[in-house]
Amino acid sequence: MAMAILRRLGQTLFVLFGISVLVFLVFFATPGADPTARIAGRNASPQTIARVRVEYGFDRPLPVQYVRMMEKLFVTRDLTSYVNRGEKVVPEVFQAAPVTVSLVTGAAAIWVLAAVAMGTLAAALRGTWVDRGLMMLGLVGISIPVFWLGQVANLLTQSRYHDSWLFSWVPGLGYVPFTQDPLGWFRALVIPWITLAVLFVGIYSRVLRADLVAVRGEDFMRTARAKGLSPARVLLFHGLRTSMITFVSLFGLDFAQLVGGGALLTEVVFGLQGVGRLTYQALGNLDLPLIMATVMYSAVFVVIANAVVDMLYLLLDPRVRDGRA
Amino acid sequence: MDADATPLLAVRDLTIALPVGGRMVNIIDSVSFTLGAREILGIVGESGSGKSMTALALMGLIDAPGARITGSARFKGRELVGLPQRAFRTLRGREIAMIFQDPMTAFTPVYTVGWQIDEQIRAHGRVTRKDARARTIRLLGDMGVPDPARVADRYPHQLSGGLRQRAMIAMALSCNPSLLIADEPTTALDVTVQAQILDLLRRLRREYGSSVLLITHDMGVVAETCDRTMVLYSGTIAERGPTGAVFARPGHPYTAALLDSIPPLHGARPARLPSIPGSPPAPADRPAGCPFTPRCAYAHDACAVRPPLLPRGVQDIACVLPAEGRDLPARCVTV
Ligand SMILES: Nc1ncnc2c1ncn2[C@@H]1O[C@H](COP(=O)(O)OP(=O)(O)O)[C@@H](O)[C@H]1O
Ligand code: SF4
Ligand SMILES: [Mg+2]
Repeated sequence: MAMAILRRLGQTLFVLFGISVLVFLVFFATPGADPTARIAGRNASPQTIARVRVEYGFDRPLPVQYVRMMEKLFVTRDLTSYVNRGEKVVPEVFQAAPVTVSLVTGAAAIWVLAAVAMGTLAAALRGTWVDRGLMMLGLVGISIPVFWLGQVANLLTQSRYHDSWLFSWVPGLGYVPFTQDPLGWFRALVIPWITLAVLFVGIYSRVLRADLVAVRGEDFMRTARAKGLSPARVLLFHGLRTSMITFVSLFGLDFAQLVGGGALLTEVVFGLQGVGRLTYQALGNLDLPLIMATVMYSAVFVVIANAVVDMLYLLLDPRVRDGRA
Repeated sequence: MDADATPLLAVRDLTIALPVGGRMVNIIDSVSFTLGAREILGIVGESGSGKSMTALALMGLIDAPGARITGSARFKGRELVGLPQRAFRTLRGREIAMIFQDPMTAFTPVYTVGWQIDEQIRAHGRVTRKDARARTIRLLGDMGVPDPARVADRYPHQLSGGLRQRAMIAMALSCNPSLLIADEPTTALDVTVQAQILDLLRRLRREYGSSVLLITHDMGVVAETCDRTMVLYSGTIAERGPTGAVFARPGHPYTAALLDSIPPLHGARPARLPSIPGSPPAPADRPAGCPFTPRCAYAHDACAVRPPLLPRGVQDIACVLPAEGRDLPARCVTV
């Protein structure tokens, strides 16, 4: 066990190193990305430019610059933005992370519950109009652009019907920290949650239904029926439980990429200052310190999420536990 | 066996039709047989002859879309054909249990075998978790599983094929069914384990009073185990009768051909067994006359009309030869 943790830690460090070097090199290889001119400002005198170059260490060799940046990012944590002078990027990321985590976790809870309910119901009533209806609904969910859905949701809840009894509880756009006001946190996020979840409810319910239908043909499902179990028990305890193994691996990937910044569109529509938005701004400004900080955050998160999925795997599949599958 | 009493299972003219290429095809065509209490009946035939279909029909487990099952199958006087699923559910596992060919895939991979046996026990009666487990361990022990308490806590993939099949049989017997259907229970096992499992099946009728419907493609298994034998060919009965008689004086050329291809149950297997040339026709391409015609060495004009199943001594034979006075040669048997 300890060995496995150590190995994973080693892998993580290696991945982080690789990604950071890559980001660093790509940045300095990008034409027009030279940070000196940006920091010095438009029409700066050659003297100012020279001073900035020395001050920020841009005159040093690249490996030295890389090590300095990593040191400021991970050790002293006082790496500052190239764009907003003096703005420290690490606290910025740490402020954005809870917003994104709140958004994605809530949406994930909704999409898992809804997709399991829809997929299982559709599989149980395979071939009926309930099945067809649910799967159509899923397809609609997949095809609605999240940006558009968010705009419509805002239109309805923020302006058109905001004063009706239906939506008067919806607060204005933006994030409310959970620690400050749990109810406010919930109110502020519930509509973003649903908006973000719709696409995934569509995908996951369809995948789960297909999986459950495929698993029906397995020998062990026939055994379960031959035992005289009720159809519901056969479906839930034998079919769904087995299908959960694929479901979890899919979930791990999506969850990690969303928390890592993939929920950008939802964050933008609902005015949430999350990691996705931060990354987007950093890229737009070619602000290397912020890019580096957000990318490192995402990478760490993806690695953690992968570890969690692997643990779930161990819990869900005894064959993996024995290292045989 | 006791012929006067109503048999445990009486199947008459069981016909299973499935839509194949737009028309209904009889996969099983008018199959009739009876099974007495504590009797072991073997159903033999090559792969594709409809053995599994027959078994699944008796369990109410055929759910191919458009399947039509006609005829009659009376189990303890109760009609199974057309029985609603809800009623079947109380029979399945409790009155009629089934074990399958591949014990690896027949258990759900994510639960321990003990859990799965407990589940069946608890599905058919108010039994506490603890009592169910005690029964599970006793059953596993009865099936010759060493250290049953530990085996109950193992996952299917952690057990050998033989142990898994023993666990499967333990699960099937957990509610004391009157009828056990075993569909190729030893096909996936090696010869030594196969002999042990067959031994176990023979013991069942003594110790559990169960009747067994043993499905196999292997005449050697039948010889070792069954009181009576029914030979299926392409969904129809070729021959049936007491095992000893069928082996000594096979009346149907197909039976004789199957007997020629018995691998020895003990000792070395020959490099090649004589096998029947060709393969059985698909149900949709079955010829109008005797379905064995294309492969039969004795085929002649009279075979163009489907021969009915007629008694000949203690056997019933669906072939024109006995009526023509041309019996097949008797065999020296070592059963
Ligand atoms: N769903 C199905 N649709 C059409 N034909 C089928 C279906 N299932 C089985 N069959 C046919 O029924 C026949 C009997 O199959 P089966 O009972 O499995 O044979 P056995 O168990 O003797 O090997 C085979 O010819 C097979 O092709
Ligand atoms: S009826 Fe004719 S073809 Fe069929 S088994 Fe008998 S001899 Fe052969
Ligand atoms: Mg079969």
